[in-house]
Amino acid sequence: MKTLLSLIIKEFKLIFRDKWTIMILIGMPIVEIALFGFAITTEIRNINFAVLAPQHNETVRQLVERIDANTYFTFVGYLDQTKDIDKAFRKEKADVVLTFKSNVGKQEASSKGVQLQIVTDASNPNTAKTESMYLMGILKDYFSKTDIGAAGVTSSVRILYNPQLKSTYNFVPGIMGLLLLLICAMMTSIAIVREKEVGTMELLLVSPTRPIFVILAKMAPYLTLSIINYITILVLSVFVLQIPIVGSLFWLSVISIIYVFLALAIGLFISTVMSTQVSAMIVSMATLLFPTILLSGMIYPLENAPVILQYVSCIFPGRWYISAVRKIMIEGLPLHYVLTEINVLIIMSVIMITLSLKKFKHRLE
Amino acid sequence: MILKYLIEKEFKQFLRNSFMPRIALVFPTIIILVFPWVATMDVSNINVSVVDRDVSTMSRRLSDKIAGSSYFNLTEYTDNYKQALDDVEKGKSDIIVEIPQHFERDLTTIQHATVQISSNGVNALKGSIGSGYLQNITADFNADLATKQGVTVSTPFSVNIQDRYNPTLNFKLFMIPALMTMIIIMLCGLLPALNIVSEKEIGTIEQINVTPVNKAAFILSKLIPYWLMGFIILTICFILAALVYGYTPKGSFLTIYAIAILFVLVMSGIGLIISNYAATMQQSLFMMFFFMMIFMLMSGLFTDVRSMPDWAQNIAFFNPPRYFIDTMRSVFLKGGNIADNIHNFMMLSVFAFVTNIWAMLSYRKQV
Repeated sequence: MKTLLSLIIKEFKLIFRDKWTIMILIGMPIVEIALFGFAITTEIRNINFAVLAPQHNETVRQLVERIDANTYFTFVGYLDQTKDIDKAFRKEKADVVLTFKSNVGKQEASSKGVQLQIVTDASNPNTAKTESMYLMGILKDYFSKTDIGAAGVTSSVRILYNPQLKSTYNFVPGIMGLLLLLICAMMTSIAIVREKEVGTMELLLVSPTRPIFVILAKMAPYLTLSIINYITILVLSVFVLQIPIVGSLFWLSVISIIYVFLALAIGLFISTVMSTQVSAMIVSMATLLFPTILLSGMIYPLENAPVILQYVSCIFPGRWYISAVRKIMIEGLPLHYVLTEINVLIIMSVIMITLSLKKFKHRLE
Repeated sequence: MILKYLIEKEFKQFLRNSFMPRIALVFPTIIILVFPWVATMDVSNINVSVVDRDVSTMSRRLSDKIAGSSYFNLTEYTDNYKQALDDVEKGKSDIIVEIPQHFERDLTTIQHATVQISSNGVNALKGSIGSGYLQNITADFNADLATKQGVTVSTPFSVNIQDRYNPTLNFKLFMIPALMTMIIIMLCGLLPALNIVSEKEIGTIEQINVTPVNKAAFILSKLIPYWLMGFIILTICFILAALVYGYTPKGSFLTIYAIAILFVLVMSGIGLIISNYAATMQQSLFMMFFFMMIFMLMSGLFTDVRSMPDWAQNIAFFNPPRYFIDTMRSVFLKGGNIADNIHNFMMLSVFAFVTNIWAMLSYRKQV
């Protein structure tokens, strides 16, 4: 036990000697959660709209005013001809163009009514969809304003769990999952491989300490750092991003610690397989960073992915952790909703630890 | 020409380790083949639970109208709100539409009824687009009602929507150019960040330091291989996109390669700067990793820069990938040319100049 303790102290000293690394390890999550918490948002605002109309008569002007008054839209000007639409889109002067076909004044009188066209710059499909949806709403509202007397259904909208529709609610669990996984797994793997590369690992292994102690001692500082990271991330999201922890803080922490442990085990495993720091890093990036950003529902909802990829996503721990955090932290659901997630994370940890211990011993022989 | 030998050395070093060239091939392939399928924020399949407390002709007509819309899947039709809420909590449903009791009676007698829409706001995009569509559907429902009752809506109008450049609203077309950028950031930014520092760690940098090689030649010899690599990788990406997705840029390759020259220079320049300052590979990795996250998450790659708050947009102003992604999307989708993207070209030129001068100055021959 004493050897283990002194090994752990040695590892702590080793890490804290390198001021730069420590600063990055502690500072990075702080900067990133603050930046991304605010910056990663899908909220669509500042839509620039232009109008193409043969005549700028009363209806056109009123409509422009009406749309411009909407918080989402900003009027950027009238276009002269159809060709200009393309030009405006390419120079990114406008995002959507409302075109009036021929003579609006006459159309209003005719039975066919006013004919309009919404032309969107659909290079970003979601923006295009939202733009035309909002515009349609405004148009419908404008044209049916005068028909008092007809029966009508009104709808009142209520947003569950995230009343202000802040994107941060969706993304913070994802960022938590990403940062914790990467910091623990990548840092551990690189740190251990570094000792291999530099040659100091051999020294440790020929010493009379048991290999499991060496491993445990290596993990200890990173475990501590990760827990510090977890706490700072949580404090920042509550006090800076103002995301309330609706559910149980206790269970959230339990799940996070399981996750951190799993991440450390993954890092350990990568380090036993890889032999250079560069390769360890590339493998961590390829198996952890990208799948977590893309295959765990952090930014892109998983249900949109093809079924095969949805199955593939099950092997990435981030997916389970992020889903559990969302349920507990944001939706405030009780523990039994996240039992699957917890079990999967525990099973993964056991598998990873067993694998890497086996690998590690094997290497000694 | 000492530069020639230095470059030759770099190539030998790169190819000697069989892992690196393989990564440079496998990595883009996987990203282009797999990720476009995942990276979609398509919101067309919104699951709706209808809680019908009225169960009348009218309420059925409204729920049929919702189910018939191409945006929604009707996952549950019930008279129990609790059950619908349970569906939302389990993630089976995104939105609950609650039709109140006496819906039909109220509509015929007092001409008015209110439908409650409750959407799961955890996915803010889905929540807002979904409830927006639902409101449009109720507006349509009202118009139908009015015509049925013989009341003519005072100004009839028709709108058709044209989605230019991407008429099928295919998210892949939007993401593929961005994913290519991601590959360039990864390979042409990270590898240089490790390059000089790894020579420091192995000790070979001493050997260079005692030779009469000047700073500029040394940095150039480090830059040029990554530059070539960037081109090769980009070309692989184009071939893959054309073969697998039948997706080729609407504009000219010339524009893309022209901006790529600048962009790869910027990325490698940043990598080399970090490499110069870092003492160990570990430091350099962590630092580069920090910047990579910012490069990827604040450049409009995944979420639009214009959606960010103003202060974040100011930070994004200094984010080089942003200008490259903008140009890539413009050329691929809209057929943009150099003139359309002149702003991006200028920004990246400035970045390329500053970063590479900095890289040269920060390389010190003394240890």
